[in-house]
Amino acid sequence: MIGRYKLERRGHVGPALVWGVSLAAVIVAMLLTGALFALFGVAPLAAFATLVDRTILDARGLSEVVRRAIPLMLAGVGLTLAFKARFWNIGAEGQLLIGAVAASGVALFSGLSGPLLAPAMFAAGFAAGALWGLGPALLKVRLGVNEIITTLMLNYVAIYLVRWLINGPWKGSSLSGFAYSDRFDPAAQLPTIGTTRLHWPTLTLAILAAILVAWLLARTRFGFEVRMMGESPEAARYAGVDFFRTTLALVLVSAGAAGLAGVGEVAGIHHRLVDPGSLSVGYGYTAIIVALLARKNPLGALVTALFLGWIAASGDVMQVALRLPSQITGVTQGLVLLCIIGSEPFLRYRLTRVPAAAGPTGLAPGGEAARGGETS
Amino acid sequence: METALVLSTIARALAFSTPLLWAALGEIVAERSGVVNLGVEGMMILGALTGFIVAQSSGDPWLGLVAAAATGAAAALLHAFFAVILRANQYVSGLALTIFGLGLSGLIGRGWVGRPLRNAMEYVSLPFLVDIPVVGPVLFDHQYALTWWGLIVAVALWFVLQHTRIGLIVRTVGENPAAADAAGVPVLRVRIAAVVFGGVMAGIAGGFLSLAYRPSWGQGMTNGLGWIALAMAIFALWDPLRAIFAALLFGAFFTLSFSLQDRFPPQLLTMMPYLFTILALTLTSLRKGDRSFGAPEALGEPYARGER
Repeated sequence: MIGRYKLERRGHVGPALVWGVSLAAVIVAMLLTGALFALFGVAPLAAFATLVDRTILDARGLSEVVRRAIPLMLAGVGLTLAFKARFWNIGAEGQLLIGAVAASGVALFSGLSGPLLAPAMFAAGFAAGALWGLGPALLKVRLGVNEIITTLMLNYVAIYLVRWLINGPWKGSSLSGFAYSDRFDPAAQLPTIGTTRLHWPTLTLAILAAILVAWLLARTRFGFEVRMMGESPEAARYAGVDFFRTTLALVLVSAGAAGLAGVGEVAGIHHRLVDPGSLSVGYGYTAIIVALLARKNPLGALVTALFLGWIAASGDVMQVALRLPSQITGVTQGLVLLCIIGSEPFLRYRLTRVPAAAGPTGLAPGGEAARGGETS
Repeated sequence: METALVLSTIARALAFSTPLLWAALGEIVAERSGVVNLGVEGMMILGALTGFIVAQSSGDPWLGLVAAAATGAAAALLHAFFAVILRANQYVSGLALTIFGLGLSGLIGRGWVGRPLRNAMEYVSLPFLVDIPVVGPVLFDHQYALTWWGLIVAVALWFVLQHTRIGLIVRTVGENPAAADAAGVPVLRVRIAAVVFGGVMAGIAGGFLSLAYRPSWGQGMTNGLGWIALAMAIFALWDPLRAIFAALLFGAFFTLSFSLQDRFPPQLLTMMPYLFTILALTLTSLRKGDRSFGAPEALGEPYARGER
C-alpha cells in the first residue's frame, strides 16, 4: 500500500487494455529514443519530421515500410507460435538465411522453369528453414540443451554458410566489388506492385500464415497443447501432451515460416543470393520484437510487423538523408522491447484507490469497478 | 619445430580467450545468483566503445578500462531493474539490452570509427617465467596483463564462490531464494549486485578488445563473442576454474581455424567455433547423470516473497 492507493492483481485482462498498454509502451520508447538522439547530437524533432515525410507521407516510402514488414510478418508469426509454447527460438535470422539459400539453390540449379519455379522455391525455403530449426528442437526435447544458445549459434553458422557459397561454389560469373550469386531466371523473380518493391505473393503468404497460425492456436488440439505447454507445463505433462511431437511440430512451422521470409527476400527483392548483411538486416532478431509486442498473438503480429517495418525503413532514410549508421535503429528496437516488458506489471496489477471509510478490503478483488484509471 | 607451433598456438589462444574468460566469469556469478543475462554482447560492445573513447581522449588505456567497466555496470543495472526489480522475463530483458547496446554504440560511436587508438595497452613480460628456455619467450613475453589477471580473477572467484560466506550467500540465492530470504538474506540486493558484477566483467572484456586486442573502434566489433561467453558459462558448469579450461579450449579452436586458412575456405573455418559451442553444450547435457552437474535451481526465475 502506498498512501491511499494499493496494488491489486487484475482478474480478466481485455484486448483493449493490452493494446492500450502496448501503445503507451511504444510511445514511451519513442520518447526515450528522441531523448537519446538529442543527447548524442541528432536533433530528434527534425529527424522525426524527415522520417515521417519520407516514409509515411511518401507513396514510395510507404511501400518500403510494407516491404520491410513482409519478412517481419512471416518470421514474427512463426515466433508467436514458438513463444506461446515457451520455445525461445532466437534463430529466425539463420532460418531466414537458410530459406534464402534453398530458394536460390532451386532457382539456380534445379532446371525448373515457368510457373512451377516460384512455388518450388517457397517449398524448398520452408523445408530448409524448418530443418535448420529441427536440430535445436531435438536437442532441447531429447537432451534439455538450451535452445536460446543453439538457435543463436546457428545464426552465425548460416551467415558464414551464405558467405562461403557466394564467394565459393555459387560465386556469380559477373564480377564486381561485392560477392553474390548469378542472377535468377525471370520465372524465379516474384511480381511486384507497380514500380515498388512490394512483392505481393509473399505478402499474401504472410497474411495467410497469420490466419493459419491463429486458427491452429485457437481451434485445434495441437494449438491447445501448444498453449498448455507454455502456460502450465506441469498440467500439460499430466494431461498427456506429447512434448516431443508437439515441440517438433511447432518448431517446424515456426522455423519454416522464417524460411519463407528468406525466400521472399531473394525472389522478391534481390533476385540473387547476396551477402547476409544486405539480405536480412537483422529481420530475424526484429521478428522477436514483433512477436513479443503483439503479445504472442499471430494476427497482432501483422500489425506490429508494420510498426517495426517502419522503424527498419526509417533506418534506410536515416542512413541516406541524415548520414547516420543504420545500426541505430537498434536503439529504438531495444527500448521498445524494454518498454513492453516494463509495461507488463500494468497488465498484471492495477492501482486502486482505497476509500477512506471502507478500509483496504473495500473493493471486490478482480472486479470491474476500478478499471480504466490507468488504461492506455 | 612441432613444439614451436604448439606453443605459438597456445600463446595466441591465451590472447583470444581473454575477453571470453572475463565475460564468462561475470555471467557465471550472475547466473549463480539465479539471474540469466543475455545482454553480455550489449554490455561488452558498450564497454568497448566508452573504453575506446576515454582512452583516446585521455591517452590512458587503463582509464579507458575503468570507463569500460563502469559502462558495463551501468548497462547491467538496466537489466537488474527489469529482470530483478520488475521481475520481467529475464531472457527478453537481456536480449533487449543486447539489441539496445549494439544500437546505442552505433549512435555514439559513429564519429570514432576507423581511427586506431593512439595509446594501446602494451604486452607485459612475466619476470622469471620468461627466462624458461623455449617455453618462456613464446608464452610469457607477448601477452597482455589482462590475460594473466583473468586467470587470477578466475581462481579468486572460484575461492570466493566455494569457500567464503559471500559465495555461500550468492549460491543460496540462486539455488533456493525463499530459504535465503527466510534466513534474512536480502535476495534482491544480492541478485542486483551479482548482475552488476557481471556487467563490470563484460565491460572489461569489451575494453580488452578495443584497448588491447584490436586497439580501435568498429561497429559491432564484439561479433558474437558475448554470446559465446554465455555458452561458455553453461559449458563450464558455472564453475570459474572450469571456465579457464573452457576459455582456452575455445581460444585454441579459434586460433587453429585461422592457421588452417590456406587449406580451407575461411568462411567454413569461422563457422566452426559456433558449431563447436553447440557440440560443447550437447556434451555438457550428456553428462547430466554426473552428480556434479547442475544449473542453479532458481536460474531464470524472478523472486518475489510469498509467490512461487
